[in-house]
Parts: sequence; C-alpha cells; structure tokens
Amino acid sequence: MTSRASIFSKLGSYGYVAIAGAALIALLFAFVFIQGGYLLTVMQLAMIYGVFCVGLNFFMGYTGQASFGQNAFAAIGGYGTAILCVQFGWEPIPALFASMAVAGVASLLVGYPTLRLRGHYLAMATFALGLITYDLSVQWTSVTQGYMGYSGIPPLGIGPFTIEDERAKLVCLMLILLFGLWISGRLRNSRFGRALRAISTSELGASALGIRISRYKLAAFVIAALYASAAGSLFAHVVGFISPEVFGLQMVVVTFTMLYVGGVGTVLGPAVGAIVASLLPEVVRSTGRFQDIIYAVVLMLMLIYVPKGLSALANVGKKPAGQLEKEG
Amino acid sequence: MAASSQMTALIEVNGLSASYGRVAALKPVDLRVEEGEFVTILGPNGAGKTTLLRAVCRLIASNGQVRFKGQDITGLRTHHLAKLGIIMVQEGRGLFGEMTVYENLLLGAYGLGSRSEEVERRFEQVFGLFPRLRERADQFASSMSGGEQQMLAVGRALMAGPKLLILDEPSLGLAPKVAAGILDTLGELNRNGLGILLVEQKAPLALKLARRVYVLSSGSVRAELPAHEIKSHHDLARFYFQ
Repeated sequence: MTSRASIFSKLGSYGYVAIAGAALIALLFAFVFIQGGYLLTVMQLAMIYGVFCVGLNFFMGYTGQASFGQNAFAAIGGYGTAILCVQFGWEPIPALFASMAVAGVASLLVGYPTLRLRGHYLAMATFALGLITYDLSVQWTSVTQGYMGYSGIPPLGIGPFTIEDERAKLVCLMLILLFGLWISGRLRNSRFGRALRAISTSELGASALGIRISRYKLAAFVIAALYASAAGSLFAHVVGFISPEVFGLQMVVVTFTMLYVGGVGTVLGPAVGAIVASLLPEVVRSTGRFQDIIYAVVLMLMLIYVPKGLSALANVGKKPAGQLEKEG
Repeated sequence: MAASSQMTALIEVNGLSASYGRVAALKPVDLRVEEGEFVTILGPNGAGKTTLLRAVCRLIASNGQVRFKGQDITGLRTHHLAKLGIIMVQEGRGLFGEMTVYENLLLGAYGLGSRSEEVERRFEQVFGLFPRLRERADQFASSMSGGEQQMLAVGRALMAGPKLLILDEPSLGLAPKVAAGILDTLGELNRNGLGILLVEQKAPLALKLARRVYVLSSGSVRAELPAHEIKSHHDLARFYFQ
C-alpha cells in the first residue's frame, strides 16, 4: 500500500498532463505499430526529423541563436552516406559516422567565422549556407547526380543483418531518437548545458561569469550539425533515395515549425513537435482541399495559445517548487 | 594618500574613457581600489557610473589602462577578468530567470569546473549569508521577489570567489529595509577582506559602508575623498554641479 502511494506521489511530481501526454504518445506508437502501412512511414520520418530537431535545439533552444542553414549539414549526411555506400560499397554504419565527421569539420570551418555575427545577421548568413548547399547539390552533378539524386541506398544494418522490415525500422529510429534525447537531456543539465542556457539569456552576463561565449556557441553549432548529419544519413538509409529537394528550404520551414510547436529550449519539445507536426497533416487530410488551411490554422492556434510549445504543458498540474512571497 | 598610492592597488584605472557613438559617456577617468577596500561611486543619473563599471569589466569597448594587482589587464576580455576574480553584479541583477536558484549559483562557480568540494564549500558560505536561497534552491530565479533576486545576484557573484566585487546599484527597486539588508551583507563581506567597488544611488546607505568615494558627473570624476567628509546631500550636490 505504502509503495503504491509513493509511486503515485512520484508520478504526481511530474504533472498529470505530462503523464497523460506520455501515455498518449505511447498509445499512438502502439496504434501505428499495429496499423502499419503509410502511417509507419510518416512516423519513421517524424523520428528522423526529431533527431534533426533535437540537434537544432542545442543551437536555437539552449543557446538562443538563429540558424536557417542546418539543412546543409543534413545534406552532407545524406549525400555522404549515399556516396560512400552506393559508389564505394561502405557499410551503412561506418558511412553514417564518416558523414557525421565530415559535417562536424564543415560546421567548425563555417561556424568559426560565421558565429561572430549576431541576431538577424547570423540568421541571414546561415540561410545563405543552406542555399549554397542546395545549389551545390543541384549543380555539382559529378558528385551529387543533380536532380537525379541517389537511389539504391542500402538500409541500416551491420554485415548480413539489415533492417528491412518497416516496423523494425521504426523501432530502430525510435531508439536512436531516444538516445539523442538522452544525450540532450544530460548535456542540458550539465555545466556545458548551463553555460549554453546562460548565453541564451544574456551573453554579457554569461561572459561576466567567465564563460567563453564564442567557444560555446561554436560547440552548440557543431553538435547541431552532427545531429543534422545523422538525420540526413538516416533519411537516406530508411527511404533509400535522396535528391536536392529533400534538403531544401522546405526542410528549414518544417523543422522550425516542429521546434516551436514542441517547445524550443526544452528537452522533449523537439521530439514532441516532430511527431505532432508530422501526424497533423494526416489528421486533417480528410478535409480535402482545405487541409493546408486547416493545418496552418491549427499550427497558429498552437503558437498563440501554447507559445512555449506543447511540452510546456507538461508543467500543468506539477507541484510548485516553492511558495512565492513578494517583499520588495 | 601618498603611502597608499605607492602600494600595489587591487585595481587601478588610468585614463579610462568610453563613448556610445559620438557621445562621450566617460571622459578619461582615474580610479583606484586597494586590497580589502570599500569604494563607492556616487553621481546623478547619466553621470557615467554604469559605463565606468562596464568599461572596467570590458563589457563595452573603452580606451585607457586597467591594472589588477599590478598586472596590465587592459587587453583581456570579460571572461578572462572573471577568472582573475573581478566579478560584477550588473544593474538589474542579470540573473538567468529560466534557471533555478541552484543552477544560477552553480553558474557562479563556473570557473571551478568539477572541483565539487570547493563548490560545496562556497554553497555553504552563500547559504550561510542568505539562508533564504537554500529554501528557494529549486525555484526559478524569475519567480522570486526583488530582494531575493538581489540576494541571488550577490550569492552567485560570491560563488565565483571574487577578489574584487563590483556592484551596479544593488538597491535598485528594493524596499528600504531590504536594500539596507543587502548593503549590510556587503559591509560584512568587506570586513572579511573582500574589495568592493559599488555604484549606488542611495548615497546615505553607501556612505555608511565606504571608506572612499568618487563623485562622478557628466562622465568625469569631480571629487575623490574619504566617505566621512560627505555629511549631507548639499555636499554631494556641490560636486555634481561644480
């Protein structure tokens, strides 16, 4: 009896909305898993976008910087793994990590000069990075095969063991996303993560405490690039085909939507946003030609009424940390 | 005075000036704080007090020379100064509102890295001075009252193990009793040997604690004198408008 009471007490400390949300997502997974078909693909893509957004959250959420060019690193991941596997016969996993390494180095080289900029200037510079990468993927046909793209990219696996079953793919992607979230959560509450969040609130204030602003911004940018590259590679291995459009402007818009719908700066927000923003179009599809309008209206309503993102709802019903007394 | 100027000062500022665009907010200023000394900068609104502190901490671009314990630190950046022990509590407290009290304090000890025993020792020191912070450890900084926030701002600065504590109007927006409590704590810290450079609008409170006073007006130092020589607001006004 006592242990049951203590379990409920512990659950209560998370907030009832958080528990209900977690249960809803679990039920959703179960439904998709049993239902199969097209929804499996939608959920797989949601997991991949989730990985991308968890990385983007390091730079935009924790550190409070703007980047419109992370799709460039997803393209490096996607094309890197496609070229290594299709043209050079590499195994998917080494190709994925090699592409991540290339994206990491590229983000260091690009980030070092670019991150001296702030605010809108930084946003424009990173936006240009995304556009340049898109143009490269279209024009550099000897490497990227232009609009033709790459097909026949092998599925994830090690040696003879490949993950070809759609349900197994989803489970694998879900585990990867959970691993990404675990790293994100650990880092957020570490000395490193606190420094990033301090920068997000006040660069001068953080600097006055001894935090090297430029170094931490660069680190967050590189981490975001690593996640983006991993997401790009995963897309290539799961779908089996990539082309320039996959990593175009659409990706920037979609991932921004996911991040803000889920909750920028929170640990779970990017994953929640990726799932909700991926499934929402399927939910409103039955409305026929009005589906885009309804989709946009629902997103706007979410941003108006839950400006901190859906994951912020998890605090509803949570026990307060302390009583507030105003004195002066 | 002559004897003290021959000693190595804790911090010594020579000809420090700063401007916002074409407006010279701070004309060349000389300033000095000895080891364990409590120095106050007084002046009317727009005198350049905050600009002076920001220039010392390299939070804004400036000209002139700054020496800390005899070392020329003019070219160093803000985060280097923090590592040397020059810690500033900014106007408006500069807290990280979406972080808890505990996290804010941990950020104060950022320079200690993973030296957990020293971090724990400093936590105990800060909680000893401000028991309220221990009670509020899990609360978001933004949800606290003004007085508690100021305690947190000072506490966070102490977590950094300062050799020189620079404060910009810590009593701003606080009830008189709360402001007096904060300044009393600063006096206690100073009696324990901490060098303090304080900008404060509430002159009577600051003058009780300070040994020396700089009077700043229109970006220039109008006077440097022992605190006890200022007896009334008329004395101050005389310097402001001279």
